[in-house]
Amino acid sequence: MSKVIKVGMADLNICKSPDIITTIGLGSCIGLTFYDPITKIGGLVHYMLPDSTQMRNNTNIAKFADTGIDALLRKVLMAGANRNRLVAKIAGGAKMFQVSGGSNVGNVGERNAMAAKMKLRALGIRLAAEDTGLNFGRTVELHCETGEFYIKAIGKPVKII
Amino acid sequence: MGKITLEQVNDIYVDVLREIGNIGAGNATTAIASMLGVRLDMSVPKVALLEVSKLGSAICPEEEIIVGIFLEVQTDIDGSMMFLMKMDSARFLVNKLMGRDMDYESDFDEMDLSALKEIGNIIAASYLNALSTMTNLVITPSIPHIAVDMAASILSVPAISFGQFGDNALLIQTEFGDDVLINGFFILMPEQDSYEKILAALGLSV
Repeated sequence: MSKVIKVGMADLNICKSPDIITTIGLGSCIGLTFYDPITKIGGLVHYMLPDSTQMRNNTNIAKFADTGIDALLRKVLMAGANRNRLVAKIAGGAKMFQVSGGSNVGNVGERNAMAAKMKLRALGIRLAAEDTGLNFGRTVELHCETGEFYIKAIGKPVKII
Repeated sequence: MGKITLEQVNDIYVDVLREIGNIGAGNATTAIASMLGVRLDMSVPKVALLEVSKLGSAICPEEEIIVGIFLEVQTDIDGSMMFLMKMDSARFLVNKLMGRDMDYESDFDEMDLSALKEIGNIIAASYLNALSTMTNLVITPSIPHIAVDMAASILSVPAISFGQFGDNALLIQTEFGDDVLINGFFILMPEQDSYEKILAALGLSV
């Protein structure tokens, strides 16, 4: 029997086969997963904002792309994953309301997705797949037995990337 | 005059928001009652200060579908505000407005969404009017935007907005109705300097 581990907003955790790690209702936030296909160890971070260095209040490391991804990487490596085999997948970063112009609220989803890509490039970890943008919420699940990343949205078929 | 602490300011701010919520919800109830041609009562709004990371499940389970109406505000203060309703409340309002049977339950079409937007617009404008009167600040709302999606996804928008400068968010809950109670939630998201402007206009300074 596999367990389901739940990750909240501004939160992160790791997971081993045959368990599943999930986060519910990603809006403009990003759910980023790491997965090592040999040890079948994975992890998920649900971050809200792209850059901790631009914020005065940055004590919660899982809230930001830069610090959250670093912390998740440390955690999966400590659990026994091999850094060279790690692949990343991302989902979320939607624009929930079609606000015009380039206000902060309007494009935070896009900036969140961009932040993941820049951070992964800096770390030298491959982004294997993504499902980002558009205007709907997503619930995601990483199945550690297979490495499949399930994406569920209201009124849409389940997508596996 | 002695200095007041940040906590005291927050307490007073919450009281003020509750009062604004009260006046705003009163105005909104009157407007909607006359639009629907029904009698509506309202309760005293509740104001809750929540951790940003808990906002996604503050109204209902994270995966439940809700309706969110979002407006940007500008002129004297910059920011945005949101009005949220659960599906049963939204459906009740739409069915009333469209003159349908109360047990009609189909997905919202374009017309329904437009009607909901208008209801959200009236409610938000009533609330902003109260805020404007109380602070003497000119507040202009944008056109309304609507989303029908998972609670956590919709609430990620205010969570991110508050998350930029803190770990707490303010949620105002109002109830109005006759035979069916309509539950609505407001979230006002001023930018940091606008938050200070609102406090200053109310005679509070940090």
